[in-house]
Amino acid sequence: MQLARVLGEIVSTMKDPNLMGLKMLVLQPLAASGEPTGRTLVALDSVGAGVGENVFFVRGREAAFPFYPAEPPADATVVGIVDHWDLE
Amino acid sequence: MQICRVVGTVVSTQKNRKLEGAKLMLVQPLTLDDQPRGTALLAIDSVGAGIGEKVLVVIEGKAAGDALGKKAAAVDAAIIGIIDAVEVGA
Repeated sequence: MQLARVLGEIVSTMKDPNLMGLKMLVLQPLAASGEPTGRTLVALDSVGAGVGENVFFVRGREAAFPFYPAEPPADATVVGIVDHWDLE
Repeated sequence: MQICRVVGTVVSTQKNRKLEGAKLMLVQPLTLDDQPRGTALLAIDSVGAGIGEKVLVVIEGKAAGDALGKKAAAVDAAIIGIIDAVEVGA
């Protein structure tokens, strides 16, 4: 799992039927310092996250698990909203 | 998922049996500013995307196979949505 900030949302009408009703978020992955790092990506939302929030997301086949028994074609899903994080 | 633009179609006669009937598209990943980023890749299309359209591409084997509707298909990327708008900010 990785930290990210929600930058925006995707609007899509014509899409895979298994994605109907699911929110798609544009994410910028963050380093532990809070600095942006790496490529932006689009992830499904399973927790009700919104633009400007810090979240964490899971990649890979596990991205479909929060929607079980549905199996949306996902490779990344937001699975938590971060209240805060601390570094030693 | 990655935001990509469809830049071409790929025609292949001799291919893995599981790929028969699949529409193969060449997609170019984009930045949020619509600039090309990285190498174009091949994705199967399950939503009827056309050349020039901005699409969502899932890059994961199981998800791509699900989009194709076949189990254990040798695919690793699929177009799963046509993007109407990317709403950034607020």
